[in-house]
Amino acid sequence: MALTIASREVDGVTVLDLNGRITLGEGSVQLREAIRDLISKGMKSILLNMGDVNYIDSSGLGELVSAYTTGKNQGAALKLLSLTKKVKDVLQLTKLYTVFDIFDDEASAIASFK
Amino acid sequence: MDKPRAGKLQFALSSTMDSVTEIEAAAEKLATDAGFDEDARFGFTMAVREAAVNAVLHGNEYDPAKRVTASFENTGKSLVIAIKDQGAGLDPDKIPDPLAPENLLRGTGRGIFLIRSFMDEVHFRQLHPGTEITLVKYLAPAADAT
Repeated sequence: MALTIASREVDGVTVLDLNGRITLGEGSVQLREAIRDLISKGMKSILLNMGDVNYIDSSGLGELVSAYTTGKNQGAALKLLSLTKKVKDVLQLTKLYTVFDIFDDEASAIASFK
Repeated sequence: MDKPRAGKLQFALSSTMDSVTEIEAAAEKLATDAGFDEDARFGFTMAVREAAVNAVLHGNEYDPAKRVTASFENTGKSLVIAIKDQGAGLDPDKIPDPLAPENLLRGTGRGIFLIRSFMDEVHFRQLHPGTEITLVKYLAPAADAT
């Protein structure tokens, strides 16, 4: 299943609800473009809701890292919400779990940007 | 092309993402037929997919004149997948460690690491031109009936 991305605003935080796979050829490009678009519009607080992302490959991991570093360089914070077990396992395996701020509930995630 | 042994499935595919999808689906079926649980199936399929992406993207660089060959076999003791490309060749020893602090924020370089993480054996063979990667996943020993 390709990636779908829905955007919403909560207390000044842009939440991207992701659904599907983040892989080469399926979701990586959409994610990159969505985040670049937000950063170019001056959004400083971005929360990726990963609750419906059931698969990520090395390309998808690369996109997450690039989004994080691009955001950081532009003064924007990018955080992750509601990892599925499979995505969490892959992030732990690659030590990226230590790079990102990761939350299990949305209210705490939103509050953390303040 | 090698003549496949009985019970060995072999494809010769174009250098496209559709081929990656086809190889991934074959890996998923092989793991399902072998009785892997969901977690084991996920890791196995991911490793095979990463190897297929390497062949199509980094090996053959989407060149329509180059083929990717993939074989799948359940030997009774393990699942063995071999994927060949016709690219410039890959030296796995030259791939930086993606877990090293200086590489952690790189956007690429995690594919071979994931393959090694999910497989029991990974072998590379230079084909001049091209690379063959062989992935081996051991089947769990049968439970003692006593």
